[in-house]
Amino acid sequence: MTRKDPSGGLIISPIKNGTVIDHITAGEALNVLRILGITGSTRECLSIATNVKSKRMGRKDIVKIENRELCTEEVDRIALLAPQAKINIIRDFQVVEKKGVEIPKVLKGVVRCPNPGCITNANEPVESTFEVLPKGLHCLYCDWLVKNDIASHII
Amino acid sequence: MYHIISIRDLERKELDYLLDRAQEFDTGNYQPRMLEDKLAALLFFEPSTRTRMSFATAMARLGGRSISVDSVEASSIVKGETLADTIRVVSGYADAIVLRHPKEGAARLASEFASVPVINAGDGAGQHPSQTLLDLYTIRQSMPIKGLDVGLLGDLRYGRTAHSLALALSLYGVTLHTIAPGGLEMPANITLELRERGMEVVEHEDVEEVVRDLDVLYVTRIQRERFPDSASYYNVASSYRITPDLLAGVRDHLMILHPLPRAGEIDPAVDQTPYARYFEQARNGVPVRMALLHEVMK
Ligand SMILES: Nc1ncnc2c1ncn2[C@@H]1O[C@H](COP(=O)(O)OP(=O)(O)OP(=O)(O)O)[C@@H](O)[C@H]1O
Ligand SMILES: [Mg+2]
Ligand SMILES: [Zn+2]
Repeated sequence: MTRKDPSGGLIISPIKNGTVIDHITAGEALNVLRILGITGSTRECLSIATNVKSKRMGRKDIVKIENRELCTEEVDRIALLAPQAKINIIRDFQVVEKKGVEIPKVLKGVVRCPNPGCITNANEPVESTFEVLPKGLHCLYCDWLVKNDIASHII
Repeated sequence: MYHIISIRDLERKELDYLLDRAQEFDTGNYQPRMLEDKLAALLFFEPSTRTRMSFATAMARLGGRSISVDSVEASSIVKGETLADTIRVVSGYADAIVLRHPKEGAARLASEFASVPVINAGDGAGQHPSQTLLDLYTIRQSMPIKGLDVGLLGDLRYGRTAHSLALALSLYGVTLHTIAPGGLEMPANITLELRERGMEVVEHEDVEEVVRDLDVLYVTRIQRERFPDSASYYNVASSYRITPDLLAGVRDHLMILHPLPRAGEIDPAVDQTPYARYFEQARNGVPVRMALLHEVMK
């Protein structure tokens, strides 16, 4: 089932309930899924569109997740990869809530510390913990700074 | 509960307070049995006889006791056990834990699982706050820290003592002169952080060009492992070696400090000069650690 939506974008398949993540930086859809912990082996019913034409952004990615409403803590991680992303909560085919993403202050368990000597990479019962600063992610255990390519350090 | 994990956690007034306390212990202005009923567990997962001895000495001088686990014992104890579990168990034996561990952030982790205070005695290439405090203490005993020109010389890339001393000094209005061979310069993000904290940082490659403008010269070890072959190591090491000749014309009150042990960085002939203050610095480890132990267990 394919139809045009009023804004001119292409909806692959309408969902009854769930979440639409719209206006994702082109090419980042798969990383957005990784940062949400959604992988090929999880059970969510997903549609992904990448490099879709967008009036606002030139090109964008869209992710639609059926039967799951993402909570604030989860969606804010997306801001690290796609700061302009918009989260649309869908109930009974309607957008009932629309919100932007905000860069979180602290990131727990999402990104692996690139420092091999960091205690969070040893076999200890702790999650990696980063403070999110304008210059990058600061490991609160070993003080390492992840400056760029955050996507490649997602657990 | 009060832990001593990283110099970053301490504000200027807390540093000053701890240094004042150290001075009281140093001058004998304290009750000798202050920690009489206390027991400190010195958990050393990495060899460091010096630091361990100075914590044990500090504990004994306060009338307390310590149980000590050296690196060989520690490695057999922990086979298959996480640090988190070891810390929970040892928390049940002692009133404080002094931890040396090869992994960075180990002390932070320990503080999350301990039910007693944790003092970081060095975690890998990470933090070693009691060293930084004794460095500050040694400088402050000679002259007010504010406004000094402090030179940091040696391996500023990997040297943790240099990083945490620089961070602490950034709270004191000093001008920092970094003096490092190519490839071992202070990491750019640390220099940036220091400047963001308002510190003036001047980078040098040559010690001779700056030594006469310094009040403090802090020398750190240049490790052979950092070089591809011993020829290039000797080449660099010899051009950064502190000798009596190099010290001609320096300020009268120049203090030369070194965290010890030294390899060849300071010519033994320098020991005879009034500038050599590194043995006094090592001795200051005891009152500073007395202040830390007392502070967390009082
Ligand atoms: N029931 C649904 N199933 C799947 N996708 C939907 C559904 N309803 C809306 N969408 C998609 O969710 C996004 C937001 O929908 P909305 O109707 O708010 O569009 P919009 O007015 O273009 O919003 P925006 O200003 O955020 O671009 C669009 O990409 C739209 O295609
Ligand atoms: Mg739209
Ligand atoms: Zn780390």
